[in-house]
Amino acid sequence: MTRREAYEARQRRRSLIVAASSTIAVVAAIMIFVPMAPGWEKVQRSFFNGDVLAQTFPKLLDAFLVNVMIFAWCAPAIAILGLLIALARDTKSPALFPLRIFGATFTDVFRGVPVILTVYLIGFGIPGLGLPRPWNSPYIWGSLALILTYSAYVAEIFRSGIDSVHHSQRSAALSLGMSERQVMRDVILPQAVRNVVPSQMNMLIALQKDVSLLSFIGPVEIFRQAGVFKSLTANFTPYVGAAIIFLIVTIPATRYADHLMAKQRRDRS
Amino acid sequence: MSKMLSATAISLALMSTTAIAGGHCAAGKTLTDGTLTIATGNPAYYPWVMDDAPESGEGFEAAVAYAVAAEMGFAAENVAWVRSSFDEAIQPGVKNFDLNMQQYSITPERDLVVDFSDPYYTAPMAVLVGAGAVDTAPTLDALRELQWGAVGTTTAVPKLTAVIQPSNDPLLYGDNADVNAAMSANQIDAALFDLPTALFLSAVMIEGSKVLGQFAPDLTDNPDQFGMLMEEGNPLKACVDEALAALTENGELAAIEAKWLQDTTGVPLIK
Repeated sequence: MTRREAYEARQRRRSLIVAASSTIAVVAAIMIFVPMAPGWEKVQRSFFNGDVLAQTFPKLLDAFLVNVMIFAWCAPAIAILGLLIALARDTKSPALFPLRIFGATFTDVFRGVPVILTVYLIGFGIPGLGLPRPWNSPYIWGSLALILTYSAYVAEIFRSGIDSVHHSQRSAALSLGMSERQVMRDVILPQAVRNVVPSQMNMLIALQKDVSLLSFIGPVEIFRQAGVFKSLTANFTPYVGAAIIFLIVTIPATRYADHLMAKQRRDRS
Repeated sequence: MSKMLSATAISLALMSTTAIAGGHCAAGKTLTDGTLTIATGNPAYYPWVMDDAPESGEGFEAAVAYAVAAEMGFAAENVAWVRSSFDEAIQPGVKNFDLNMQQYSITPERDLVVDFSDPYYTAPMAVLVGAGAVDTAPTLDALRELQWGAVGTTTAVPKLTAVIQPSNDPLLYGDNADVNAAMSANQIDAALFDLPTALFLSAVMIEGSKVLGQFAPDLTDNPDQFGMLMEEGNPLKACVDEALAALTENGELAAIEAKWLQDTTGVPLIK
């Protein structure tokens, strides 16, 4: 080992020791000082109660399957509708002006209104018009509310992706004699979609959580099930259990999104 | 000498007036000395509280509240009302009420975390059916085939799963208003409420609905009994229980029930 290598090895070891001891100090401070708060016993019994957690966890997992199911059919629909709205907003010809206006209004309205309002208005409002039994299901109309809201956000992200592709790509493709549709389909979109995949992962993770908003119009998914347990046991630990289940699913997803962003940075530089 | 005498006389008079305002039992045990703070729902529903105005004393729970307060020595103007949700009542921090009256059912699991007064009302559970299912026979077998809904935070949910055992999964909602909306949109056929609430909803809120029947209180081993909710270990519980016992003995509690809940007779039993 050269003297430089030995020096750098020493520096690395030193920084590792400093990082470890500072982490231990912070964790120890939390573990010593938080229980000294006067209400800690009550908060622990109310939020971190082991018995209640063990009792309610299996049923919470079952209810989470409802979330997964709703997510599984909403996510592809959102991707497709979002892309369509982004393309609608991006048309250039004057004949398609109504389409552009529609796209702009769509994104404005559904990004502006809170998701829960949309869920109530569509989930109760449309079935209330008198639809017959399987067609007025809260699963259908609640999912539609989620799909409309999330496509608005996803469309804007796609649009930013399309704009981020340098216009020389478009000029080059047009000068090669490609039609507008070919330019979009074969040159712009592949690059645009690859650019925005990390941001879309964000939206995917947010969707996993917002599926819980359907609990307000009937489906018994994990948030509602945790609420039922909360009311029966007068304890908030079921919500902590639900949070743990969400984290088990979203943490790998966020790490994957980070990995994609790092890969993109490496490929670009 | 006379100044000291008058000073002692004045202080004695002051102490005795606050003691009279607080009642001998509840003195010093309430949030604010001399005032009884009672919490109710936001909004507070008929027939428990009329017109969302508990200060008027109209409505079963409002009337019981003022009667218990009077028994404990609080005049009507010394009763203060606040609004709270179920979550605010069970959260572990300091409460902003002495008593919480919102049709809370007494259950052993809840009793571990909060304290309940003695029951002031025993509520039978009733089945409310929407316009599309009014012809259902009032038997358990017929009820099993309907699409059920309930408010997720009430004791209707365990009753639904234990007694009725519906063949389709029930849909659960956040509050009565959402169950109304679902029934009006024909997403659910039937819902389980306590009898007075069911009668109100069928009469006023949901067009074409009907109270199909009520469950006999002994069908489940734990009939719903409403109690006033208090912080765990609250010394006020003894005073409230004493007041409720006095009201039961002299018949005032039964009279209040007869006045505000008199139309709960004549509903058929579900077999």
